[in-house]
Amino acid sequence: MYDRSAKLAAKGVVIEYWLQRSRSLFTAVKGVDLEVRPGELLAIVGPSGCGKTTFLNAVDGLIPIAGGSLTLDGRAITRPGRDRAMVFQQPGLLPWRTVLGNVIFGVEAQGSMSKDEAIARARQQIELVGLKGFEDAYPLELSGGMQQRVNLARALLTDPEMLLLDEPFAALDAQTREMMQLELLKIWSQTRKTALFITHDIKEAIYLADRVVVFTRRPGRVKDVVDINISRPRDLRVKRDPQFLTYEDQIWESIQEELAAPAERLIAGIPAA
Amino acid sequence: MSIKEADRVLPVTTRESDPTREKRSVLRPSRIRQYEPFVIGILSVVLALTAWQLVANSRIYSVLFLPGPWDVAQAFVTLFQSDDIWLDIATSGEELAIGYGMAIVIGLVLGLLMGWYTRFQYALDPFVNFFYSTPRIVFIPLFILWFGIELQPKIAVIFLGAVFPVIINTMAGVRNTEAALLRVARSFGASDALTFRRVVLPGSVPFILTGFRLGIGHALTGLVVAEYIAAKHGVGQIIAIASQTFQTPKALAGVVLIACTGMLLTTILYRIENRFQSWRPQIR
Repeated sequence: MYDRSAKLAAKGVVIEYWLQRSRSLFTAVKGVDLEVRPGELLAIVGPSGCGKTTFLNAVDGLIPIAGGSLTLDGRAITRPGRDRAMVFQQPGLLPWRTVLGNVIFGVEAQGSMSKDEAIARARQQIELVGLKGFEDAYPLELSGGMQQRVNLARALLTDPEMLLLDEPFAALDAQTREMMQLELLKIWSQTRKTALFITHDIKEAIYLADRVVVFTRRPGRVKDVVDINISRPRDLRVKRDPQFLTYEDQIWESIQEELAAPAERLIAGIPAA
Repeated sequence: MSIKEADRVLPVTTRESDPTREKRSVLRPSRIRQYEPFVIGILSVVLALTAWQLVANSRIYSVLFLPGPWDVAQAFVTLFQSDDIWLDIATSGEELAIGYGMAIVIGLVLGLLMGWYTRFQYALDPFVNFFYSTPRIVFIPLFILWFGIELQPKIAVIFLGAVFPVIINTMAGVRNTEAALLRVARSFGASDALTFRRVVLPGSVPFILTGFRLGIGHALTGLVVAEYIAAKHGVGQIIAIASQTFQTPKALAGVVLIACTGMLLTTILYRIENRFQSWRPQIR
């Protein structure tokens, strides 16, 4: 059953919410089948509210699945664990802690490292994400891009089997976002950690990923899987490559079909992504 | 810096709406600008006292009815030359220290428990609502009946006055923990204890200190009113007796003493609050 070549395996994953206000069951994701291979960076794109973030939360173990199976290295995911670390859309930094204090928060919560070791490694990690010199700065003193670097460093310090990224650059301005994409690829290429990246930005998905998965509209399912055959290392000019644009067209059309859905399927009731 | 701040839950600066996300290099303020708040404040106080003195000097009303600031100052000096004043201060101070001290300790513990355990809150909410929406000084006659006219009824009413603002603000602090932070803690597998210690508690500190600060006002109210009604010694008692015997300057001197105590305690708490907020970029 279990495919040895897969790091993360999702088979027929169903995720449901109980909506308190309307007293009804809400199906966010219905029958997701996908695999993330070891060392692969897989991106999921899909129309707004398609359940891609919900799916990622299930992979992190923050919400339970209602059906199907979800395994990491063959073990079922039921709760958050040391083998996964999330980079959140909102940085979620403790405002009263310095950059250094925030970076060690992940391993501190896991209890997986002595404090001295955590601090020593955090310093290296801070340098890796380009925040050297800002160890003692407070989050409110940092720009959005720098806050996301802290968010990333916090996840990387836990040295997870799999890195989960939930639209980490969505709230950044266009230029910062591009720079962060470039930096992320640089950092990722040093470790080649298996990564699952959620985004609504098609260009971002193609630029970063080995494969791009397109979700259908809600309830989300895998609609298409596109292999991105662009050699690495990739610099930002790749985004103007004809091959890149072909991928972009292909994925955009796939998503557009979903956007042209009957109105009633897109109405409210969608929980916050 | 008024103690009479509304008793509502404090409106904490929301982190999202904070316009100071980036460190700004503001021009170093000039010396005069730096001291501007104090200079203007002192000038306005001096102006008000002068106006009062002028009105008093015109003697439209007698000294018994409207003494000037100078009369009050003299009464203040006389008050501190009397034999009983230190006993009065010690008595009021002891009542305040015990009542307020108990209020912040017990209020903090109850507030944290009520914020963290929803069911505990459900159980205690009726009582908190009952007492908090009742002016606690209505209990003074009962406390005198039960505890006599020594320290105990004052301690009880001070405690009852100060404990609820502490409970309510502490609870609000725990409840207002950002959902995003809790999610991060959960995602990294933090235990409940660690989440509480490292995320919830530090995030609640500004709320807790605001509760302490609001509590001071309630505590002083309780102290003074309880001493008005029945006491052997105390600053409230000085004011009550002086008023009844037409020693108006002396009564006002007592008022100044109480006011200074309130301002001093409130200032100390403001200082502590600011110390805990060093991570918040300051911009003027």
